[in-house]
Amino acid sequence: MKFVRRKGPNQVHLNRRYANVNLDELVGRCGEWLRASGPEADIVISSRIRLARDLAEFPFIRQCSEQDRVALERHVRQRLLSLPAFQGAWPIDVAALPALDRQFLVERQAISRELRDAQGARSVILGEGETFSVMINEEDHLRIQVMHSGFDLQPAWEQINEIDNQIEKHIRYAFHDRLGFLTACPTNVGTGMRVSVMLHLPGLVLTHEIDRAFRGLQKMSLAVRGLYGEGSQAMGDFYQISNQVTLGKTEEELIAQVAGIVPSLIEYERIARRTLLEQSARELHDRVSRAYGILCTAKTISSEETMDLLSSVRMGVNLGLLHDLQIPTINQLFVQTQPAHLQKLNRQELGTADRNEARARYLQQRLKSDLTEGPQDKPR
Amino acid sequence: MKCHHCEKPAVFHITELTGPEPQELHLCEDHAREYLSAPAGPEPSTASSGEDASKNKIGDTAQELAKLDQRACPKCGITFYEFRQQGRLGCPYDYVFFEQELEPLLFNIHGQKQHTGKRPSSGASTTGRHADLIRLRREMQEAVEREDYELASRIRDEIRQAEGTEPGPSQ
Repeated sequence: MKFVRRKGPNQVHLNRRYANVNLDELVGRCGEWLRASGPEADIVISSRIRLARDLAEFPFIRQCSEQDRVALERHVRQRLLSLPAFQGAWPIDVAALPALDRQFLVERQAISRELRDAQGARSVILGEGETFSVMINEEDHLRIQVMHSGFDLQPAWEQINEIDNQIEKHIRYAFHDRLGFLTACPTNVGTGMRVSVMLHLPGLVLTHEIDRAFRGLQKMSLAVRGLYGEGSQAMGDFYQISNQVTLGKTEEELIAQVAGIVPSLIEYERIARRTLLEQSARELHDRVSRAYGILCTAKTISSEETMDLLSSVRMGVNLGLLHDLQIPTINQLFVQTQPAHLQKLNRQELGTADRNEARARYLQQRLKSDLTEGPQDKPR
Repeated sequence: MKCHHCEKPAVFHITELTGPEPQELHLCEDHAREYLSAPAGPEPSTASSGEDASKNKIGDTAQELAKLDQRACPKCGITFYEFRQQGRLGCPYDYVFFEQELEPLLFNIHGQKQHTGKRPSSGASTTGRHADLIRLRREMQEAVEREDYELASRIRDEIRQAEGTEPGPSQ
């Protein structure tokens, strides 16, 4: 099956081979999950569900020969691209990408760090609007993920379930009557499902209530991770809450388990913000304004400091302490000020010092244009 | 679950029945080896003949574990030792072949033994033709490595035939 799609002035030919994707096209825009359009988007950045799936007739990835990996990747990619859910999707040959482009996809949460660092044939298929992606030859043969803006787990589940149903009609999954979907790591067996909600919790961090709010999550078999999942730090006051157990509960029960805790965390965060406003309004306003001031005027700034300051500014906008700035712009800046994005924006590789300078320039330009364009500005 | 003695994940779950009370131990690979092959008990000065007997039992357990470790999956060829080293299984059939060894581990992780979620319309697929394809792919790879191209080509034909019963990837 072949089709042609017009993309700006250039024709992009898509067929069941890799798309002639120019990643530069993605640089200036962001996935829909960053648009802050979903429910409770002031505190919940995104809702993500992923399914781990393996083919019945191949060894798991670690045991695959390179020949197996190549055959498997091609087979899965061709099958997927013929499905209705994948119309307009972009298949990207991750193995052929330069390191900078691989990191760029990690920063957009389109691929995992594991896929970035893996060896041999591997790819990702990006769904339109980056609402979903399928990694091929990651730890499992397929890692399907759906990302929605805000607290939006049920629609995310409906979307990923439909994608999964379409795939399983054409690909024979490894499935065991008693144990469910079989995965390379026993921690994913059963549903193969990880449900995550990413929360922005600066109020709980500032009031030192964050540990208390998370206490008890472990007992409920829920995990708390940083922005980029397992092993990553909680930069910019972002925290991901996800299920740990995948066997013995239905998909709906797993979603309910994660969804059940989110309203309390949102409420705790709102209480913390109210407390800050009531008890230390001057300090809070000062903190937010200083953060904004530095972001607008710094000549050189690190990624870590940027995340930290953007976090304060984001809370400030949500609390009405800063006006005219748009939350989607701030959400995008969290991603676009990261190293690979900055280098793609500047169309060249940059060392740390040059990156810090480019970051400061970019922040000023974006924050200034947000002020001039005002609330009508809708990010693409 | 973490090892009782360090930060690594516990992969050995030992119930010690030699004392007056059963004792639960959760240990990583290294500490489990150390524990099971320790030549002397924790209090050598008070060792009695009963404790000597228990040490022998533990020695037997270590031997049994070593034997278990060497069992290799007939489809993908991975040993249980390799699985414990890398934390990843070799193929879907491992869940059948190492069922007994994996059961306590799965229960420890999930607290459950039975999948209750969605099922693919095509049903289970861990044995039969699918598992054989995994074995054939391994045998073909081994033949290629031995430069036995005649055998490799025969196996490739077998793979194609097996794939032919339902749409499959071409090599």
